Amino acid sequence: MSDLTELYQALIIDHGRHPRNFCVSDHANCVLEGFNPLCGDRLTLYVTEKNNVIEGITFKGEGCAISMASASMMTEALSGKTVAEAQEIFKLFHEMVTEDSDKDFEALLGKLSALSGVTKYPARVKCATLSWHTLVAALAHSDKPVSTE
Amino acid sequence: MPLNIEKIRADIPILKEENAGKPLVYLDSANTTQKPQSVIQATHDYYTRYNANVHRSVYQLAEKATLLYENARDKVKDFIHAKNRNEIVFVKGTTEGINLVAHCLGRATFQPGDEILISQMEHHSNIVPWQIVCQQTGAVLKVVPITDEGELDMVAYASMLNDKTRLVSIIHASNALGTINPVEEIIQLAHAKNIPVLLDGAQSIAHTSIDVQALDCDFFIFSSHKMYGPTGVGVLYGKSQYLESFPPYQGGGDMIKQVSFEKTTYADLPYRFEAGTQNIAGVVGLGAALDYLNDIGMENIHHHEQALLHYATERFRQVEGLRIIGTAKHKVAVISFVMEGVHPHDIGTILDSCGVAVRVGHHCAMPLMERFKLPATVRASFGLYNIQAEVDILIASLAKVRDWFGHV
Ligand SMILES: Cc1ncc(COP(=O)(O)O)c(C=O)c1O
Repeated sequence: MSDLTELYQALIIDHGRHPRNFCVSDHANCVLEGFNPLCGDRLTLYVTEKNNVIEGITFKGEGCAISMASASMMTEALSGKTVAEAQEIFKLFHEMVTEDSDKDFEALLGKLSALSGVTKYPARVKCATLSWHTLVAALAHSDKPVSTE
Repeated sequence: MPLNIEKIRADIPILKEENAGKPLVYLDSANTTQKPQSVIQATHDYYTRYNANVHRSVYQLAEKATLLYENARDKVKDFIHAKNRNEIVFVKGTTEGINLVAHCLGRATFQPGDEILISQMEHHSNIVPWQIVCQQTGAVLKVVPITDEGELDMVAYASMLNDKTRLVSIIHASNALGTINPVEEIIQLAHAKNIPVLLDGAQSIAHTSIDVQALDCDFFIFSSHKMYGPTGVGVLYGKSQYLESFPPYQGGGDMIKQVSFEKTTYADLPYRFEAGTQNIAGVVGLGAALDYLNDIGMENIHHHEQALLHYATERFRQVEGLRIIGTAKHKVAVISFVMEGVHPHDIGTILDSCGVAVRVGHHCAMPLMERFKLPATVRASFGLYNIQAEVDILIASLAKVRDWFGHV
């Protein structure tokens, strides 16, 4: 597979064009904005968290296929997870997109492993991790918008 | 005269390099231009044969270094048709040049309620220094709006000049849109009210011949690295009447006449503004870049690039779902665009895989992006070494974008 084929897998293009859970949520109790000043990507996350369990995540915003797909897939992957589990998944995800690791991310992260092609494109790592950094800050009940700069 | 493009392309070593395993198609000259061998050689020669600190030593090697450095100043003076060599100050780049004026004119003399006039299409380097001046002095930043085509609203401009306006600071050619602003008229209108005008010439200097005396601008600032010279050097041209009145910018060696702990007197122009050891090799390289441009001729370069701009604009117009941002009547060879349904960043990555280097993002002009309600654009910008075949590769690569991301 070429680097480009690995980066833009069909699943990514699909999530990028038709992001899931792409709406405002009125009952969310952690709401936070994230920016990627270099690219102009921006999104708002709406997280509903009760007793340390993420009941649901939705988001709105605009950005490149990578940042939209990453956010969209994150909302699906983390729904129903505990906060601790979500943090664990983020750690693995971060390792997958930034490090040359030989872990079996497909087994560890399922669908999210479609984003592994990002490792070959250091300039795009911020796109892939924007929604995740924003989530971690939202769960910490931060009210300061997240910036990847 | 048409350019001897084969020779020119052979002059630029990096054009033989690859990008992502494909022949490099460099369409990012508004960001920084590639360097001819003569410029590379001049800095190399400087370090191998002439290196010594300038203005400070009696030995002959240092004399030679000083001569090279000062010759470059004369070349700059001639290139922009300045009256006097002491009006040419070497700085780090456009950014530092604007900051110098902001510091020495703005911070030193502006009063609460004074107005600084800029435009909606400024680069951040002609916005932020003035915002800092406003914070420090209580002056107010006023912004001239632009039209949907990306042209300055001259009616608004004329109406915004008033008794409180202390400076007009305007981009000559827009890095993000390509627009060439009607600077003659801008300057005439401002001067009719005795308001000085600063031109950010970062994007005009390498593309058209500049005559600061004919323009009658009060300040003209540009970067060497955008005109085929080395990075880390720029030029502030300022009319001597202004520079003479400026307080010092940075204190240190070379900018003084006499120093005692009681009192220091400052050096004459332009040395007063060149504190410390300068980027001598960079200045020498800039001199070589000016020789290179003079040999080819700015008129010829202008014609070549305008032809390329027209060709590329026509080709772009035929691309499905593509919209050019910035359709001013007078443009430098810069084309910003967006494609329906695909984010500029994804376009940038696909073009990269085809060997094509373009810039994607906000181009250091976030307020301008806001004006067009866009998070970012893709920008192809051309230099004297670009050719139609490269435009064709770009267009073919855009078809690949559609292959990946589907049609509108
Ligand atoms: C119009 C304009 N002004 C100012 C600058 C800043 O130039 P430099 O980064 O060389 O200081 C640039 C370059 O990006 C520019 O395009």
